[in-house]
Amino acid sequence: MDRREFLRLLTMASAAGMPVANALARSGESSSLYELDTFGNARLLHFTDCHAQLMPVYFREPSVNLGFADALGRPPHLVGESLLKWAGYAPDTLQGHAFSYLNFTEAAHRFGKVGGFAHLQTLVKRLRSAYGEDKTLLLDGGDTWQGSGTALWTRGRDMVDACNLLGVDVMTGHWEFTYLDAEVRANIEAFNGEFIAQNVRVTEDALFEGVEAYDEDEGYAFKPYTIKKLGEHRLAIIGQAFPYTPIANPGRFIPNWTFGIRDEAMQSLVDQVRATEKPDAVILLSHNGMDVDIKLASVVSGIDVILGGHTHDGMPKPVPVKNAGGQTLVTNAGSNGKFLAVLDLDIAKGRVRDVRYRLLPVFANLLPADAEMQAYIDKVRAPYSETLSEKLAVADSLLYRRGNFNGTFDQLICEGLNAVLGAQISLSPGFRWGTSVLPGQSITMEHLLDQTGITYPETYVREMRGEELKLILEDVCDNLFNLDPFYQQGGDMVRVAGMNYVCDPLASMGQRISEMRLDNGQLIEASRSYKVAGWATVGSQSPGRPVWDVVADYLRAEKVAKVDRLNTPVLKNVGNNPGIANYPG
Amino acid sequence: MQILRRNLLKAGLIIASAMAFPRLVLAWPAQAFKVKSRNEALQEIYGTSELSQSEDVKLKAPDIAENGAVVPVTVSSDMANVESIAIIVDDNPSPLTATFELGAGAIADVSTRIKMGKTSTVLAVVKADGKLYSTEKEVKVTIGGCGG
Repeated sequence: MDRREFLRLLTMASAAGMPVANALARSGESSSLYELDTFGNARLLHFTDCHAQLMPVYFREPSVNLGFADALGRPPHLVGESLLKWAGYAPDTLQGHAFSYLNFTEAAHRFGKVGGFAHLQTLVKRLRSAYGEDKTLLLDGGDTWQGSGTALWTRGRDMVDACNLLGVDVMTGHWEFTYLDAEVRANIEAFNGEFIAQNVRVTEDALFEGVEAYDEDEGYAFKPYTIKKLGEHRLAIIGQAFPYTPIANPGRFIPNWTFGIRDEAMQSLVDQVRATEKPDAVILLSHNGMDVDIKLASVVSGIDVILGGHTHDGMPKPVPVKNAGGQTLVTNAGSNGKFLAVLDLDIAKGRVRDVRYRLLPVFANLLPADAEMQAYIDKVRAPYSETLSEKLAVADSLLYRRGNFNGTFDQLICEGLNAVLGAQISLSPGFRWGTSVLPGQSITMEHLLDQTGITYPETYVREMRGEELKLILEDVCDNLFNLDPFYQQGGDMVRVAGMNYVCDPLASMGQRISEMRLDNGQLIEASRSYKVAGWATVGSQSPGRPVWDVVADYLRAEKVAKVDRLNTPVLKNVGNNPGIANYPG
Repeated sequence: MQILRRNLLKAGLIIASAMAFPRLVLAWPAQAFKVKSRNEALQEIYGTSELSQSEDVKLKAPDIAENGAVVPVTVSSDMANVESIAIIVDDNPSPLTATFELGAGAIADVSTRIKMGKTSTVLAVVKADGKLYSTEKEVKVTIGGCGG
């Protein structure tokens, strides 16, 4: 925004007695937040993992995001003060709040909510018109059609239409594939931009049966890349969907598609695109997750910038990675509509001379809602407003999910499962989406659906032996802490209640989990059975009620939602790790 | 005329099965598929378990299997005089998973799907000019779920 507009907003806010105005006046930095110097000759705007959050939200960044070996202390494995120090931001500023968990509740009151498509739209329009529409592109890294009640009920269509209004030019996907394959195809059909993914292939069997493919010879299910002209220059944008979709999510919804990182195929494609299309720059729109992207950038050459997502890492600066062809920049643009990345490129014929990258937090109080987008959002939410606004309980403390181990909202979900389903132990997936609720706020059905809105929400209660429990914990822990990023899946550790354990992330597969005990201190025995509840099973559909119904019952009965303790593990080998702070375990 | 890939695949399958079937019947190394270790299996098929690691043996397999029951694996090599290819999964109850006997002049490029009970090293062995060359890769088999 320009200075005049900022002052006008500030005056309005002061007149309305909004605390944000005072906070902003004190911080003295907001006037420059959205004022970007003009640099280069092509601008890419990028958001990712918005998880269908059409309305502004609170979202607490993690205080535990551990990295080991090569990833120790390397972005994105920095939290709180370590992250701000690397980024050059002070705590108690707009950026300090946006990029860290520090003083979250107090700062959230001061600076207000983040994201919301109407506010994002205002920022996108401003950045496009300031730079020139013909030189600007809007990219969406995926996880757009899932994460809210309305996305679930409209099977992602509310987000497709919102993205059309926002003017998304190109996207790739992950949770998009948790609808049925025909629904995915229909949504892509309704999407005005292009859906690209080099690493999603139609299986040999399905090709044999004549299932639709973008390219039968290569087996591409979708267009692998697209060429866009920005001003005088041509850019190749290659798509990379989440490589482990049919493993981390149910394969049964999309039986004809097979995924994988396909780094060798990526190199061939980059070489082919460079040779035949002669682009001036090659950009990868990726849903690999940041550690996977950093490794990919080291083994594949010829990509100028990887615009990344999946791991929800709001990283204010790119990470340069050396490879055989020179260097690739790797970014990750956060989640929940909280950030918009701006990559300005100075392009010469056939090469990128220089770049400027900024990850802008979208503060709803600083960006007035775009009227057209707001009208659309209001309309699409209207049929569901009664269900969404039901107040289930009052939050006694800050509720959040993000972090390697149990967040406070996970703790509530797990305790709800145990209480309502009569289980000793409960398990809940380590998703990285799910918005935050401030102390004293009502927990609405909308908040609960922000945490649970998936197409396979069914719960289960079953007898499970101690050794099975250990196997599950070890398996998920390896997906998180395997030292080779290509073997990681980018989620967090499975959340638990009713039991505790010790975790050594540096141990090898099968050796990380020990001292599994029930809440009463009794050791969990390998051959004994325990009553275990959970949800989100990927193999086959579970028989129980949807998790939101179960947890809503619990919250309505509790009235005030208290989190007295977290069933987070005692950790080994994390001393001096800048990826952990204020750990309660 | 445009040949659709699925028709080509169908044709390919027919040829492959016609050629492979008699050999399978004639030379089934039953004992090699029963033994419990890599070295025993190699001894049974090739009479030696001495391997030289070689970058000329190409093994294509997923980092994490989408379905442990059908893991797609491709082994290929540009080496001259390839006589035989074997695929071994160390942590399977019976490690030897497949052997392919190649006729003279055949292109050394085989694909199959293997069953894996759990995470394991997958070993690809190529016999060329009487010597064994190999490369290996870990393929992870996970119970899935809990992704971000």
